Amino acid sequence: MNERSSVEIYTEWDVVAARQLGRDEAKSIGFGTVDQARITTAISELARNIYLYAGTGKIEIRRLHDGVKKGMMIISSDNGPGIPDVRKVMEDGFTTSGGLGAGMPGVQRLVDEFKIETEVGVGTTITAIKWLR
Amino acid sequence: MMDLQKQYQELLEKYLENLDEKNLYFAQQFSRKFIEQEIAPEDVVSLHKDAVMNIFPELRNEVATTHDFLIEMMIHYGLALREHQSLIKKREELHMEMEVAANVQEKLMNATRPNVDGLDIGYVSEAAKAMSGDYIYFAEHGRKNLSVAVADVIGKGIPAALCMSMIKFGMDSIDENESVPSEVLKIINRIVEKSVDNSMFISMYYGMYNVENQHFTYASAGHEPALFYCAKTKSFEQLDAKGLLLGVKREVEYEECQVHLHSGDFVAIMTDGVTEIRTEDGFLDSAIIEQLLFEVRDQSAQQMADYLFKQLAQLQNFRLHDDFTVAIMKKR
Repeated sequence: MNERSSVEIYTEWDVVAARQLGRDEAKSIGFGTVDQARITTAISELARNIYLYAGTGKIEIRRLHDGVKKGMMIISSDNGPGIPDVRKVMEDGFTTSGGLGAGMPGVQRLVDEFKIETEVGVGTTITAIKWLR
Repeated sequence: MMDLQKQYQELLEKYLENLDEKNLYFAQQFSRKFIEQEIAPEDVVSLHKDAVMNIFPELRNEVATTHDFLIEMMIHYGLALREHQSLIKKREELHMEMEVAANVQEKLMNATRPNVDGLDIGYVSEAAKAMSGDYIYFAEHGRKNLSVAVADVIGKGIPAALCMSMIKFGMDSIDENESVPSEVLKIINRIVEKSVDNSMFISMYYGMYNVENQHFTYASAGHEPALFYCAKTKSFEQLDAKGLLLGVKREVEYEECQVHLHSGDFVAIMTDGVTEIRTEDGFLDSAIIEQLLFEVRDQSAQQMADYLFKQLAQLQNFRLHDDFTVAIMKKR
């Protein structure tokens, strides 16, 4: 299997394709059922955000080997409007109350490492890592 | 987790054996342990799935798969739970911050009871929330003159409290030996007009007592009238003076009035947290204040203020709806 693979997001069905890719990868790396569900949910949220707010973008999955540690990296990137106030987006209660799902704090909780880079008018790249325990 | 897995399975097995209430009770207690250890709902489903598959090895694989479906369903519940916990923690932090702020405010406002010849002074100032939008201020000028100010920001909580600190610094900047009440209000009005948002209104009552001629001179910026008790006639009179609320417009003229204090007379300056007492049945008649003060007219000014507060708080079941401030000046 490739070390890198990706799904372009254009329609809501691509969200499902990204989930499928993520789940297959997670399973083959050796994640258990619960962690598979967590990883898939994180990918689902990221892909949905691309579909809803940026229009188009990409979900990329990479396998990680760090010594004996194994894990997986999810990179969500788009050339959308960017996020003007990242602090607000990362605040609990900001997105959930608006019915937008788990939001960024939720995604962050589902993974071990989380990084968000965004520029208004340029786009957003979110990197999330989950390690196999 | 392995340990929990084993315990959960044992508990489930015991329950299946007896189908009794006792083991359901244990399960309930056990779930509290899960919550304490921050076990997510999806993990609980996973534990259950493994236990079921261990107890009934002959079960078809589809049963395990239905649990996987449920695990997917539970992920967002788990997130909602963790968000909830984090919001509770944040609330606690805010609460602590408020307490610190309230202490700062208390130090800042720190009213001290002055000593003035022939005058007995008492006051109570209690905030409805952590921070107060009421302000009380005393200043004595060589035991010969006393100034007293009571102000009320329309609104309460933090915005009102921030506004109040501005009034405090405004008052500190005035040389009161030189100023009469109407002048003091004029100056404070200009400060407030310049620096406060248009939606903030402040009422203020300012009085000065002169020991030599026993005159109490007062002016009001849209504040509740003070109560004047005349010991000789055993009657109350409202001390009101015309004047606009602070901060509404730049140049305002304030009416100045005077009353002579004889022995046993007293003046009570209050905020609307005192006069607009709300109970379950609606607002109380303000005549109750006169009645309560009359009952304790022979006690010290501080005892009178304390009594008024206690009685009015009791009428409201000890829930203050607004900041409460009363200052009583009684001629000995």
